[in-house]
Order: sequence, then C-alpha cells, then structure tokens
Amino acid sequence: MLGKLSWAAIPFDQPIPLIVGAVVLVAIIAVLIWVVVAGHLPYLWHEWITSVDHKRIGAMYVLLALVMLLRGGSDAIMMRSQQAIAFQSQGYLPPEHYNQIFSAHGTIMIFFVGMPFVIGLMNVVVPLQLGVRDVAFPTLNSVGFWLTATGALLVNVSLVVGEFARTGWLPYPPLSELTYSPGVGVDYYVWSLLISGVGTLVAGINLVTTVLKIRTKGMNYMRMPMFCWTTLASNLLIIAAFPILTATLAMLALDRYLGFHFFTNEAGGNVMMFMNLIWAWGHPEVYILVLPAFGIFSEVVSTFSGKPLFGYRSMVMATMAICIISFMVWLHHFFTMGAGPNVNAIFGIASMIIAVPTGVKIYNWLFTMYGGRIRFTTPMMWAVGFMATFTIGGLTGVLVAVPPADFLLHNSLFLVAHFHNVIIGGVLFGAFAGYTFWFPKVFGFRLHEGWGKAAFWFTLIGFYVTFIPLYAAGALGMTRRLQHYDVAAWRPWMIAAGIGTILMTIGVLCQVVQLAVSIRHREELRDHTGDPWDGRSLEWSTSSPPPVFNFAVMPHVTGEDAYWAMKAKAKQLTEPEEEPDYKPIELPRNSPTGFVCAFFATVMGFALIWHIWWMVIAGFIGAFVTFVAFAWRDHDEYEIPADEVARIDRINRAERRNLVTAAGSV
Amino acid sequence: MVAATLTQGGEHDRPGTLVMEHPGPAPKRIVTAYGFWIFILSDMVMFSAFFATFAVLSRQTAGGPSGAELFDLKNVAIETVCLLLSSFVCGLASIAADVRNRFWFQVAMAGTCILGLAFLFIEVREFASLVARGAGPTRSAFLSAFFTLVGCHGLHVSLGILWLLTMMAQVFTKGFRADIQRRIVCFALFWHALDIIWVALFSIVYLLGSAT
Repeated sequence: MLGKLSWAAIPFDQPIPLIVGAVVLVAIIAVLIWVVVAGHLPYLWHEWITSVDHKRIGAMYVLLALVMLLRGGSDAIMMRSQQAIAFQSQGYLPPEHYNQIFSAHGTIMIFFVGMPFVIGLMNVVVPLQLGVRDVAFPTLNSVGFWLTATGALLVNVSLVVGEFARTGWLPYPPLSELTYSPGVGVDYYVWSLLISGVGTLVAGINLVTTVLKIRTKGMNYMRMPMFCWTTLASNLLIIAAFPILTATLAMLALDRYLGFHFFTNEAGGNVMMFMNLIWAWGHPEVYILVLPAFGIFSEVVSTFSGKPLFGYRSMVMATMAICIISFMVWLHHFFTMGAGPNVNAIFGIASMIIAVPTGVKIYNWLFTMYGGRIRFTTPMMWAVGFMATFTIGGLTGVLVAVPPADFLLHNSLFLVAHFHNVIIGGVLFGAFAGYTFWFPKVFGFRLHEGWGKAAFWFTLIGFYVTFIPLYAAGALGMTRRLQHYDVAAWRPWMIAAGIGTILMTIGVLCQVVQLAVSIRHREELRDHTGDPWDGRSLEWSTSSPPPVFNFAVMPHVTGEDAYWAMKAKAKQLTEPEEEPDYKPIELPRNSPTGFVCAFFATVMGFALIWHIWWMVIAGFIGAFVTFVAFAWRDHDEYEIPADEVARIDRINRAERRNLVTAAGSV
Repeated sequence: MVAATLTQGGEHDRPGTLVMEHPGPAPKRIVTAYGFWIFILSDMVMFSAFFATFAVLSRQTAGGPSGAELFDLKNVAIETVCLLLSSFVCGLASIAADVRNRFWFQVAMAGTCILGLAFLFIEVREFASLVARGAGPTRSAFLSAFFTLVGCHGLHVSLGILWLLTMMAQVFTKGFRADIQRRIVCFALFWHALDIIWVALFSIVYLLGSAT
C-alpha cells in the first residue's frame, strides 16, 4: 500500500534532523494556524498563491530563495564547524549524516537559492524594464514557481522522512547507482530536481518569449537595459541546458528503478557518459546563475554612478559570447578523468577564453564608475565588493583551467574555494544587490541602509576569512568532503574558516534584522515617487509598488536609459505635461492552476520516491484534470475601466511633478 | 499589427542613422506560437541527449543481440507510414480549423488519432516481442538506450494523443474560440515535430542499426 515507506524511514536515532524537523514543523503549523485564525487566508490565497502577476510571483521566488538560503546556510555552518572540530576525532556529525549535509548544501544552494533568486528578480524587473504589463505567459509563470517550490519541499521532506543523497551535489555513478546507494536519498534528489527542472524550463521559455516578443514601442534590442540582455542570455541557456539535465536524471532514474544499464559498471554501461552529460548542463548552469547577476551590477553601477553604462555594445557582445562559449568548456570539470592531453588542452584554452568577455565586463563597470558621481548605497557596495571578489575568483579559475595545475588541485579545497569565490562573490552578491535595489519597487519602501551596510561588511569580511583559508588548505593537499582528518597543518586553516563562517552568519542575521527593522519603519522609508534611487530605466517610471497593470499608458521609448531621457525632458518643461488618453486595460485573471498542479506534482514525486505506484497514477490524473479544468474556463481576463486607470495614475503623476519642481528649484 | 516605422535614432544610437523602431508587443497568436516553438526547441535538445547516449552505447551489446539481429524493417516501415500519414491528416485538421469547419476538423483529428494509435500499437508490439525474446532494456546498455530513445518518442506520441482528444472535446463543447485556435496551432506544431524526430530515429536507430 505505501511502497517502501514505513516508520523506519523516520530517523528516530538521529537527534539533529529530528529536532530540526520537529521545530520546523511546529513553526509551519503555528504560522498556518496564525494565518487561518487571523483571517489572512483569503488575502494570501487571492493576492499571492493564485496570483499570476509577475511582480508577486517574482517576490515569492525571492522569498523561497531566502528561506532556502537559511537552510543551505545551516548546512554550511554544520560542515565548517565539523571540520574545525574533527581533527584526529570524529567530530559531532557521523559520516553518513555529514555526507548528506554536503550533498544537500550544494543541491539547495544551486537549485533552490541561486535559481529562484535570479529567476525571481528577472520576473519582477524584466517586464517593467521592457515597459509592458506582464510576461508572455502569466499562468504558466505561476506553474513554474510552484513546481520549483515542490522541488524545494521534497528536499526538505527528506530531512525527516528517509534520507537525502550522500553522493555530493552531482550524483556521480556508480556511487549513485542502486548497488551503492540503495536508500531513497538519490531518489529524493532525482525527483525533486526533475520536477523543479520543469518549473525552471517553463520560466526560461516564458522569459525568452517575453524579451523577444513583448517589448513596448520603440524598445529596440540595442535600447534594452543590460539586465534584459543578460536575462535573455541566461534563459536561452536554460532552454538549451536544462533538457540535458532532465534527460540525464531520467537515465539515472531508469537505471535505479528499472535496471537499465546507462551508467552501471555491468552490461556495457558508461560512467563517463554521466560526467559528460551532467557537465554539459552543469557548466552552462554556472552562467545561467551569474549572467543575471552581471545584469544587476550593470544597472546598479550605472545608476549609482549617475552615468550611462560604459561600453553598452561591448557589454552586449560579451554577454552573448559568454552565452555561446559556456557550452564549450564543460570538460574542464574532469580533466583528471582520462580524456587525454589534446582534448584537455582544447578545453583548457576554451576555459581561459571565456575569461576574456568577463574581463571586458569588469573593465566596463570600472569605466562606468570612472568620473561618475558615485553614491555608496548598499546595492553599490555589493557591486564594488563583487568586482574585487569576483576578479580573485576568476583568476583562480584561470589557474585551475590549466590542466597540469588541475591535476594537483582537482577535488581539493582549493577548487571548493574557487567556486565559492565566484558563486558567492558573483551570484550571491548580485542577488543581494538586486534585492536591496528593487525592494522599494516591489514593496513601496526602502530597506534600512545601516543594517544593509552592516550585512555587507560582515558578509564580505566573513567570506574572505572563510575561503582564503580553504585555498591554503587545498594547496596543502586537503581534499573536499572530509568528515575528519589527521593532518595537523590543516587544522589552523579549518579553525579560521570556522570563524569566517560565524562572521558570514552574522551578515545573514543582519539582513534578517534589516528586513524586520525596515518593515517596522516602513513609513519613514516610504518611496512616494517610485524613483527612490534616481534611476535610469523604465521600472522607475511607475509608482512603487507599481499598479497591477504596471503602466497606465505603455511608454514610448526613443533611446537607451529611457526613463533618464523622460526625466530630462520633463525638467525642461515649464508647464506640467498633458494628461494622456487613458484606456481600459485587460489583464489575466488569477488562477489556482499553478498551486493545484504543484500539489499533485508533490504527491507524484513523493510517491515515486517511495514506490507507491497507485499514488503516482492518482497524482498524474490530478495534474491532467487540473490542466483540462484550466483550459475549460470561459473568462480568462478582466478589464480595469479607464476611470480607474486614470485615478491610479493621477496620484503618481502628482508625486512625480512635485519631484521635478523640487529638483528644478534647487 | 502595427508596422515598424523608421525614425531618427535616440541619443545613444549611432548619430545620423535611421533606426527601425520596434512596433510594440506582438499579438497573442504570435506570442503563443513563438513560445511553443521554443518549447519544441528544448524538447529537441532533450532528444539530442538521448540520441547522443544511443550513439555512445549502440555497440555495447554486452554479448547480447545487436540491432541487425533484432530490427524488423518492414514493421518500422509501416510505423513510419502511419506516423507520416497522421501528420498529413493533422495538417488537414489545421486547415479545417482555419476555415472554422467543425465537422471536418473532428474527422481529421479522429483520423490523426487512429493513425497515431496504430503507430503506438505496432511499437508496443515490437517492444513486447523484444522483451519476450530476452532482449529487454535490462539486457545490455545498447538495449537500454534503444528502449529509452524510442520509448521517449512513443511517450510523446501517447501524450500527444491525450492532448488531441482533449482538443477534440474542447472544440466540440466550445467551438473555435481564439484561445482554442492558438492551442490547435501548438498541437499541430507538436505533432509535426514528433514526425521530424521519428525521421531521425528511423534513420539513425533502425536503418544504420540494421546495416551493421
């Protein structure tokens, strides 16, 4: 009846996951009770859960990423503290638990922090920057988000029901095959990523179609803000790379469930094929994450330097070059695995070549700052911190791209330090910059600057204190994923890294406090005009938070930095601009399709993990019926009358006029 | 749709040149079909991963039977005819939808469905006979790759038939509403794309496979 599921699946003998799981469960139930009792449920349901508004969906993506960041961060704290303690001893985490922690840490940070964070920000910002009312497929957008949430939920369920993979964040066979991983850990990994992968693909299709087909009048390609370009590149990579991940994980699942021989040692299976396939997805994935971050920095640096982005065209070229070359470097992840010197040399050179467009970008940001009136706000500080940190990470990357050097550094902590250097210094700093930069746009008030700066300094210093020691330990020969060790020379570095982790944790706590303080003081931090940073692109031309239709009248763009040009024009006017001709606006109706569909996907995923076949079929039927019900509805749009549009817009126009007159009188 | 107009460039465009001004968001029909094309592109990428796998594993028979011993090209030829014909009939359904003729739309969709089911029937029979002869997917890496690649296409056809029946029911109850028309366009794209994949399958798996 319940497949492999029994009471033995609950780890009663392991106090840590059990206590954590219990606390989380109690917290969730408490929140749910509070939501129901306080009467917030209808609001949540109508305004958020069933919302097809890209701004709301984007905000939920970012919230998911922040929550999962806490989970992945807890894993990091456990790992670093274990290694600080486990010198000539077993530490406090048994090996089978420790292995789950580092696997879960990597999986969560890439798939459920990095991905939702950047996709969330793209969702919020791109339609606003393009001057349009929504993404191409609003309901599909909601489906994509909820499927991502399903994947995240399944990974967290593995904490208390069964176990997670012990194979590392990429389940290399033959270790991940049934012979060596008979438990459900790898199955949790496979199904949560297959389901969330569908969500990611949907988001990719949606955003590519949005950028290519839905732009306001005059928004030519070479006038798009840089963030739209990097969004395009990143989502093209999603479309080209994620199907490979789907195929690869499907093959692994077939091996495990039906005894196929793709990656087994027996019957002609080929283990190296897994490495090639997974990294043919995995390397582009790195750029899927970091390209949007590059876009965020471009917007932030240009805004807070008060200058147009330096070398816009070269930036576009560099972005698209990275997009293409990212598919030609995957083999550098396994130089040591016997491809031969010629193949290694070619991929080594390709890996160094991809550093060139990235270098172009760094110079462009520096030259944007040069001669500008720089305002060191929190987003700008993340951007400057990124430029220094990411350059160091890029340089060590070029170092490990040299095959002979890689033979010494492969699988060492040097490598671990390198990719944290680029992912934290690039993606995470970028995500934080974007979060602080666009927070007022979404919620109508700014985040507290003091706490934001404190978070920045703790995170930056904590980062260096954590990861420079890991470079050193790696150079001393310490390999990754060690549950304990006996080499005395490594010990001081591990303790230093542990201290760095404490600093980074304080940085994260500062951001939690920042959010709480900002909500409490939201009236003082209120953004009345919709343009809190003196911005340059169209998202700042509408109110904060924007009305559900984004723009009362779709803007007409005549050049780069569209809103900057509009402001310049408005300042020269002696009389207030004439009111536009307001028309009624049609918008898509909210729909529970995404949520219901994800519910059935969760049921299906859980049933597949535990071999509960009737429940798999029930889940599939449920999902299909949901789609048919969605397809059958007769009214998928509603209309906002012109009067209402005018009423909403007049408030914002008055605020803006005040701003312009105030600026003129100074 | 508004035609694109030539205007004087903005201050950051190259000075003195005329710029073709973007006319604004595309109409829904274009957007939907465009998005679906991109989905098909991603599906093709997934298939190419399975094709690549098949190419790597096609000689790994582990002492078991090879393609030349297993494939019955006559069977495959009939399958091909069924699928290509179904695509032709699906094209007729698209024309019927364009002229909003319900009767011929339903007839053509039913024809597409029957031909698709015939294709599936032959494929399932082939799979069953292979398994019965001890040449199932667990026998060797080659057979794993074969069953997965061909089976993935078969799964697409099955889901396509489910979609097809849903569309028939929808046109039956709701007629040719604009959103339903858009779905019909997407379905037709999907069905024709499966044909293209089948042509590659037929050539690479069956023709090349039975030659060696």
